[in-house]
Amino acid sequence: MKHASRTGLPGKYAGALLACLPVAYLLLFYFYPLLSILALSLFPAGRLDWVSLGRLVGSAYYLETLWFTTWQATLSTLLVVLLGLPGAYIFARYRFPGKKVLQALFTVPFVLPTVVVAMALLALLGPRGWLNLALMRILALERPPLDIQGTLAAILLAHVFYNVVLVVRMVGAQWANMDVRLVEAARTMGASRWQAFWQVTLPLLRPSLGSAALLVFIFCFTSFGVVLILGGGHYATLEVEIFYRTTYRPNLPLAATLAIVQIALTFGLMWLYARVQAQAGAPQELRPRHMTQIRPRRGRDWGLLAASLLPLLILLLLPLAALLERSLRVGAGGLANYQALFSNPRGSIFYVPPIAAVRNSLLFALAAMVLAVFLGLLVSLSIAGGPKSRSRLGRLLDPLIMLPLGTSAVTLGLGYTVALDEPPLNLRTSPLLVILAHTLVALPFVVRAMLPALRSIRPSLREAAATLGASPWHVWREVDLPIVGRAMAVGAVFAFTISMGEFGATALIYRPDLPTMPVAIYRLMSRAGIANYGQALAMSALLMAACVAGFLLIEQFRGEF
Amino acid sequence: MKRVGILLLLFGLLAACAPAAPDEPRVLTIMTHNSFDIGEETIAAFEAEHDVTVQILFSGDAGLMLNQAVLNAENPLADLIYGVDNTLMSRGLEAGIFEPYDSPLLAQIPDHLELDREHRLLPVDYGDVCLNYDRGWFAARGVPPPTSLEDLVQPEYRGLTVVENPASSSPGLAFMLATIDHFGTVWLDYWAALRANDVLVTEGWEEAYWGYFTYASEGDRPIVVSYASSPPVEVYFSAEEFDEAPTGVVVADGSCFRQIEFVGILKGTPNRDLAEAWIDFMLGVAFQEDIPLHMFVFPANENAALPDVFARFAVIPDHPAIVDPAEIDANRDDWIEQWIETVLR
Amino acid sequence: MSFLAVDHLRKSYPDGWTLSDVAFTLDEGGILALLGPSGCGKTTLLRLIAGLEEPDGGRIRVDGADVTAMPPHRRGFGFMFQEYALFPHRNVFANVAFGLKMARWTDPAIQERVRDVLELVGLTGFERRDVNQLSGGERQRVALARSIAPQPRLVLLDEPLGALDRALRERLLKELPAILKGVGVTTITVTHDQEEAFAIADSVLVMRDGRVVQRGEPEAVYRQPATPWVARFLGLTNLLPGRAVGPGRVETVLGEMCIEGATGEAQDGPALELLIRPEAACLDRAGPNVLSGRIVERYFRGGFCRLIVRHASGVELTFDFAAALPLPAPGEPVVLSLSPAALTVF
Repeated sequence: MKHASRTGLPGKYAGALLACLPVAYLLLFYFYPLLSILALSLFPAGRLDWVSLGRLVGSAYYLETLWFTTWQATLSTLLVVLLGLPGAYIFARYRFPGKKVLQALFTVPFVLPTVVVAMALLALLGPRGWLNLALMRILALERPPLDIQGTLAAILLAHVFYNVVLVVRMVGAQWANMDVRLVEAARTMGASRWQAFWQVTLPLLRPSLGSAALLVFIFCFTSFGVVLILGGGHYATLEVEIFYRTTYRPNLPLAATLAIVQIALTFGLMWLYARVQAQAGAPQELRPRHMTQIRPRRGRDWGLLAASLLPLLILLLLPLAALLERSLRVGAGGLANYQALFSNPRGSIFYVPPIAAVRNSLLFALAAMVLAVFLGLLVSLSIAGGPKSRSRLGRLLDPLIMLPLGTSAVTLGLGYTVALDEPPLNLRTSPLLVILAHTLVALPFVVRAMLPALRSIRPSLREAAATLGASPWHVWREVDLPIVGRAMAVGAVFAFTISMGEFGATALIYRPDLPTMPVAIYRLMSRAGIANYGQALAMSALLMAACVAGFLLIEQFRGEF
Repeated sequence: MKRVGILLLLFGLLAACAPAAPDEPRVLTIMTHNSFDIGEETIAAFEAEHDVTVQILFSGDAGLMLNQAVLNAENPLADLIYGVDNTLMSRGLEAGIFEPYDSPLLAQIPDHLELDREHRLLPVDYGDVCLNYDRGWFAARGVPPPTSLEDLVQPEYRGLTVVENPASSSPGLAFMLATIDHFGTVWLDYWAALRANDVLVTEGWEEAYWGYFTYASEGDRPIVVSYASSPPVEVYFSAEEFDEAPTGVVVADGSCFRQIEFVGILKGTPNRDLAEAWIDFMLGVAFQEDIPLHMFVFPANENAALPDVFARFAVIPDHPAIVDPAEIDANRDDWIEQWIETVLR
Repeated sequence: MSFLAVDHLRKSYPDGWTLSDVAFTLDEGGILALLGPSGCGKTTLLRLIAGLEEPDGGRIRVDGADVTAMPPHRRGFGFMFQEYALFPHRNVFANVAFGLKMARWTDPAIQERVRDVLELVGLTGFERRDVNQLSGGERQRVALARSIAPQPRLVLLDEPLGALDRALRERLLKELPAILKGVGVTTITVTHDQEEAFAIADSVLVMRDGRVVQRGEPEAVYRQPATPWVARFLGLTNLLPGRAVGPGRVETVLGEMCIEGATGEAQDGPALELLIRPEAACLDRAGPNVLSGRIVERYFRGGFCRLIVRHASGVELTFDFAAALPLPAPGEPVVLSLSPAALTVF
């Protein structure tokens, strides 16, 4: 289409109108708390604390940290994309038994608290983990041959473990609707399988691949728990430094400055990305899944399936299996850990019945998901209108909406506690605070998942509906929604997952009577006593189960396309 | 659309079983770290006696909590703050966020725990950060367990110890402080020797204990920096019967660091009377006796009886290391920096 | 009063392209073709009428009511898109029923109407088929059925036969007007193909660079193109510069030619252009305009043969003859007579 259209995606003014609510949300629940905490930190006695900042300028250490942060994020992103693409392909093109469950299981790592993940990885790869024990037995060694603690490899491995699902799901969602004939056309023109992928498929996948890679990069760029725990102090990202400087070696002006640096870098990256992406998302002829997906029939299909999924299965499911196995073995063993969750022998006031923790987590996650999907929809619609009809606000909104991901959870959590504690916004003891924070972090996922899908819809489909008498609302419901439904479901799954797993900010703002599952896990893990550890593992297993249940439920609501 | 309806219904059901917010006239708000715990009945007794609702404000770990209190000095988030320890207290005192209160209960608390003579921060409990070791591991190998800090740098203990990073962990910091007090100016030499002896560093207690300590994990480190109370806790949470705790504690003079936790009234509270009542309650025997089995630390009040499992299995070091809070506050950053340079770089 | 009245419609785009001052009317039941090369503004005009674009000025009236500011979904027009824009997530039935559902028809009425419309376009029994698996012709018919199902007041077709293969095109060229006439709906179709325009429409609007250059019945437009540009666009390439030398007489490089009708008031002077229609020639020496030359090229086109003839002056002319005639081969000399009725001057 040569010219901007009057129907379908909102025009300039409607776009700005749609953007109003999300912008207000960002202002109130992101910028206001963030600026409050930054101002308080930078100007402790009403003026800039130069002494503390001197450390930043005077030290090559922070430049090194920035360098390491960037380079490990780049490496992690490459690895994640490399490992995720085959999985995305398989999920996009094949229908096979157990696919839904597998998809849900692959998403589980995303919610697990880092401590739990570290334990799971250690159970696999630690000094007496499965792999080392096996190697010791096979090679008749005295000492474990592999030592991952404090290595870059451990950090990368954990990043892959956490993030690979982003590529699998987001790229898979677009790939599934891509016209197979395009590749066939390339093949008839003499392109090899590889060339066809490189020349046709990959460029067409750019919108979703870009979205996923960006999210992965930002996740790894702001990686915290993974680097903290598995890096063993040898490595530090900006986010880790911010945490240090907010907690154990407090230097709030320094922490604030680092936070600003990190946010600025994130914003720059987003801005660049948004510009590139707005041009990349060309509408395509979309094909429904039943036309693009086949059941594996021949041996070759099954071979491809196994070869693509096996690395992911090993990488993602073995640690989860190790966790599950431990929850059944540690302490008294069997189901004792699970049963123990249900009793409160010491009459503790903060005892959390597992049902309550599950309920709280699900409640927060569902609320955050609904809110994030709603706001994300408004944002996506106001951004997706194409460069011509895009309002200035919409253009700015694209990178802005991603900022919460680039903001350290500790900074944001502190911001909430210092800013949202006075009337008219006295939310300090409100359970809403948790939902608001989770929504903020979940929003980018919804937007990033939906934008490529919205942009790939031909404007003529919307126009056709309009000329057939569909009002803008009907156009949205009858055309956009069914077609982007799957992408929206993916966004919703991630929003849900983010909320289920969030701990950094939650720890600062949750109400003791409404703890979430990660909070309960940390509480159990924070004291000695094998039984506590066993219960923490059992609670982690419950968290996994709750997530899988949640995913399967959400998948029921996706569009029919 | 039907599916959306189901979702909404589900949501409504979930929301319906969430507890409703209490609607009481007077509320006493206590800011504390996320590890705070106490018996339900203990709190209920206070609430009944003073006709008040106690609202607990979890604020992250102790360091983050103190930061919040300092940042919100103009507009206090709570009436009281509990959980500031002796490694952090100077920072809080300097910020001037507390109101002094000379509680009559202080008479029952030993002098050495009372670090603030102006009674802005009152000691509630203490716990010692000490080396723990896996008795079974040493017995099985016929190696004597360590008895002092110096032992750890001996060849027979090579590769056996896991400690926490003082930059990110409260026991890690405490243990570093113990070595500073114990070895004085040569403390970094000790750490260099430890490093040469293949010490393992983790970021937090959880990773060290549940990830590497042989007794509690699949790990290969039988010596861990933990708490003096860890052995009774292991006994308490085990289904087995023990004559001796399965883990031991190195309590040689100067090898442990004593963490003392304090409570204080936040400046500007409108509920000064209730806040005082709470402190008296917290330092009173009923509350104090409830502390060990909820927070696994020792009550500050000498009159409080220890629970059986603590009396039987806990060892309290006679002469823990002592570092002046003001000195900690002034040097912490440099010490940690030097520690990182020596042990990690 | 005419059913559709477009009045001084204007639209300009930031890139400088402009649709200027378009005006025309269309009677109820009429079929109008917007004809022009790509970029002439015909699709834009169609989209303006549909309400898919907002005009900068001018008015569109339907049945006397001003619809210029009305959003597209309230206009009650049918629009068939160039690549059909079938909803890929709906089957044939749901695609066709879409407009009926939007208009809140009852279910039984929808069932009946969809069945009728599918029958009309020859797709009976296709209800449950997946639109992604239809052939091009079937997709085209579904798109047509979808646009006429809600009984629109006006149907707008954007290059309706553009994407089809030749045989299918030929067939649909016959069927489409029959269907539209059968329904009796007022129609505007957009095409760059005169053959399509002439076959479907009962009047043609030729557009160039955002302006209307000619309006008339197909035959009239073909017989009497308004400008040399229209002639060239219609595929009439035999255009020669000339000069009027008397009533009905024109001087060109071919010599003096007699034409039917006036050459205007031109007596002696004004330069003009002479159009010789390709069907103008006979293989004889009868009549006033005799022309000799040599055959350069001969193309067999099924029903007719096309000869390219080079005149002694070097000018090449194109003529069509019935294929049955014995025609000279390339290289051979030829003598032709041109019917004055087939000559036009501008």
